[in-house]
Amino acid sequence: MATRKAGLNSNIPDGPMAKKWESHRFNMKLVNPANKRKFNVIVVGTGLAGGSAAASISELGYNVQSFCIHDSPRRAHSIAAQGGINAAKNYQNDGDSVHRLFYDTVKGGDYRAREANVHRLSEISRNIIDQCVAQGVPFAREYGGLLDNRSFGGAQVSRTFYARGQTGQQLLLGAYSALMKEVNKGGVTLHTRREMLDLVVIDGRARGIIVRNLVTGQVERHIADAVCMATGGYGNVFYLSTNAMASNVTATWRCHKRGAYFANPCFTQIHPTCIPVSGDHQSKLTLMSESLRNDGRIWVPKKKYDDRHPNDIPEDERDYYLERRYPAFGNLVPRDVASRAAKERCDAGYGVGQTKKAVYLDFGSAIERLGKDAIEAKYGNLFHMYQKIMDTNPYTQPMMIYPAVHYTMGGLWVDYNLMSNLPGLFVLGEANFSDHGANRLGASALMQGLGDGYFVAPLTVGNYLAEADLMDADTEDEAFVKAEEGVTGRIEEMLSIKGSRTVDDFHRELGLVMWDKCGMARNEKGLKQALNEVRQIRAEFWEDVNVVGTKGSFNQVLERAGRVADFLEFAECMIYDAAERKESCGGHFREESQTEEGEALRDDNNFSFCSAWEFKGVGKKPKLHKEALKFEVVKLTQRSYK
Amino acid sequence: MGKKITLTLRVWRQQNSQAEGQFATYKVTDIDTDMSFLEMLDVVNAGIELQSGDPIAFDHDCREGICGSCGAVVNGQAHGPDRGTTLCQLHMRHFSDGDTLVIEPFRSRAFPVVKDIAVDRGAFDRVIQAGGYVSVRTGQAPDAHAVPIAKEAADKAFDAAACIGCGACVAACPNASAMLFVSAKVSHLNLLPQGQPQKDSRVFNMVNQMDSEGFGNCSNEYECEAACPKEISVQNIARMNRQYLKAAIKNEG
Repeated sequence: MATRKAGLNSNIPDGPMAKKWESHRFNMKLVNPANKRKFNVIVVGTGLAGGSAAASISELGYNVQSFCIHDSPRRAHSIAAQGGINAAKNYQNDGDSVHRLFYDTVKGGDYRAREANVHRLSEISRNIIDQCVAQGVPFAREYGGLLDNRSFGGAQVSRTFYARGQTGQQLLLGAYSALMKEVNKGGVTLHTRREMLDLVVIDGRARGIIVRNLVTGQVERHIADAVCMATGGYGNVFYLSTNAMASNVTATWRCHKRGAYFANPCFTQIHPTCIPVSGDHQSKLTLMSESLRNDGRIWVPKKKYDDRHPNDIPEDERDYYLERRYPAFGNLVPRDVASRAAKERCDAGYGVGQTKKAVYLDFGSAIERLGKDAIEAKYGNLFHMYQKIMDTNPYTQPMMIYPAVHYTMGGLWVDYNLMSNLPGLFVLGEANFSDHGANRLGASALMQGLGDGYFVAPLTVGNYLAEADLMDADTEDEAFVKAEEGVTGRIEEMLSIKGSRTVDDFHRELGLVMWDKCGMARNEKGLKQALNEVRQIRAEFWEDVNVVGTKGSFNQVLERAGRVADFLEFAECMIYDAAERKESCGGHFREESQTEEGEALRDDNNFSFCSAWEFKGVGKKPKLHKEALKFEVVKLTQRSYK
Repeated sequence: MGKKITLTLRVWRQQNSQAEGQFATYKVTDIDTDMSFLEMLDVVNAGIELQSGDPIAFDHDCREGICGSCGAVVNGQAHGPDRGTTLCQLHMRHFSDGDTLVIEPFRSRAFPVVKDIAVDRGAFDRVIQAGGYVSVRTGQAPDAHAVPIAKEAADKAFDAAACIGCGACVAACPNASAMLFVSAKVSHLNLLPQGQPQKDSRVFNMVNQMDSEGFGNCSNEYECEAACPKEISVQNIARMNRQYLKAAIKNEG
């Protein structure tokens, strides 16, 4: 039997906040270097968290099996992150510190994150930058040859390191290069174009996975001593989001169905600066980096339904509503605040563009002040991308932007060791829930992914392996046989329906329900309706979807069908969570809970907890477990950016 | 708002790496010129799915021009007619009503076709495995400011590091050479102080791996630079050739 009973012990180490990680590292059990190669670790996903974890765990001497759905591990969606990565280096001498980054992150998350995890993240943020520079990541530099920084939403210090508008790409290529180094050494075995379709639990512990080879269709069994999930977020439950097309919830949802708790699923981040929706054909939304808000000013016309060209609207007829409402932070308020303010203006009739669901992001005054060349040097690739998509020139007329789904703070529940309530299952990066509370600050996702992968999981996985008394097992174990049968059965069932609607059609329908009723603003009535509608769509999916092709071939329709089927189950869990949390906090805005000025109103007496949901069957209400959040250091206040 | 156009597509259809392929023709109507090229293919595929046919397989993911998954040769040009643009960022406003588009995979002996437009670019991963990294383990790094890097060198390294590994350079080259891809990675690391200790072994091993994967040689056509969505310069190839020669001589000695 497993040594640990399933439950919600966050395993936060004792001692003062600033000493917890250090003392925890000392107290960890170590694996004898000669024994490390006897252990096998599976890492699913090769983004910043998975790539860095697989490389670092292999460097320690363990055998690693690395899996990704792409043709190459370098393609994970971390690559699309534009803006930057935070670190408490205080290279700008502007008063930054580990404590300040920690404090800003807990506050930015609207006091719904676990303090001890956030403090550890702030500490290791400095090591991440050192590591990446040593790998050859080409961060932006000043003429003196030292690293440049910029400021980002929700912070008043400049602590963000960046690589033009391609920070995620350069950091991912750094992690990918470390991974390739370990593949070459023989420590990592790479399995590309494999999709994880189930978790295998033996004797109460995570011991393996079932994957489908996406080229041949073959279903494979893989066994290990520990399993790390680094499979990203579930933003595509909304269909339209800034996530990549293949980003999905399947891997984490299958873990949930095997007993892992899903935490805070209603905490989703709507990013304020995305290119607006233009038509029904649209397959995804494109983010414009938040860094644009450093120099761009956001406004709408003061007059309702003003159809004039933006360049024809004089200065005194423009409403710079963020600067007006939040004079202290202005255009640099956190994402949730900026997004809601844009929605408020558009709903009130001040929106611009064809659909009236857009606001202006204007670089006119920055270009006047700094010159076009300086703006081009900072944001050239973003302006280029905008012009490609919108066919207008952002140097001569303002960009149009609107909020879009971008990141999910919720994820599988983990303790301080990043281990789920299922022993042996570790969850890293966006796939877990731990560090961003109800709202993630800009440039913190890259920090968390790499922090988990390079510096936390390699140690905590080792600690688990040193302690765990694993029983002998092989891939002929009944748990493997059953799991594979389940996977194959589901694939065959989907192929046999032969209905009349496409997979994408169902996905789009689900997305609209979620965006309208469980998106930027939520209320009890809408959530109740959404629950019914999702059930309806799911029932229709299993009766009328047309999944073409065969199981034994490269079949992208079948891949998407499986993912949409899981989103249709997951969406319910998200709605239950949003309904249960009757307060507003961070990205979760309950219309019933707001201040007179329309700001989010928290309810610390009743909701200062992390919700962790236990699966009880498809279509059945999951069971809620609560992890109380105790704040030892940070003082809870109403978040104010005025 | 975009216009609506009608197109004829001639698309390469191939079941798998072993099967023989052929072109199939599709007439598509009502294509909004604000669509991206891949959204146009989505529309075509939705039509095929509704008739229970076999949709066109193509790799794609971020649709923001950065993951490097997508790519096809459109009317003889890798990633299509718009310079400095991936297929996902190519919009249909670049085409006219009545056009015929010939759509093929990135062809090369080193990139076997997986299905239709999707190819296997694993060869690129193996080239990187041969030396496209700095051998620094997690935790070994000195402070990030310990080694200043002149802005000019950092900028040049960055220009090379912008490569997204899509393989358009290989598809565009008459010899299916991967020199632009390999030289971009060699330059990125060899221009930086962090890359110096392994400078020679890196270029030597990566070039040898490139050769053994079956990529062709460079004959200075510069088609690769013209097709590159990130506009990586062929100067990287010249730099790599110089470094390879030096490394090879040292290796002989």
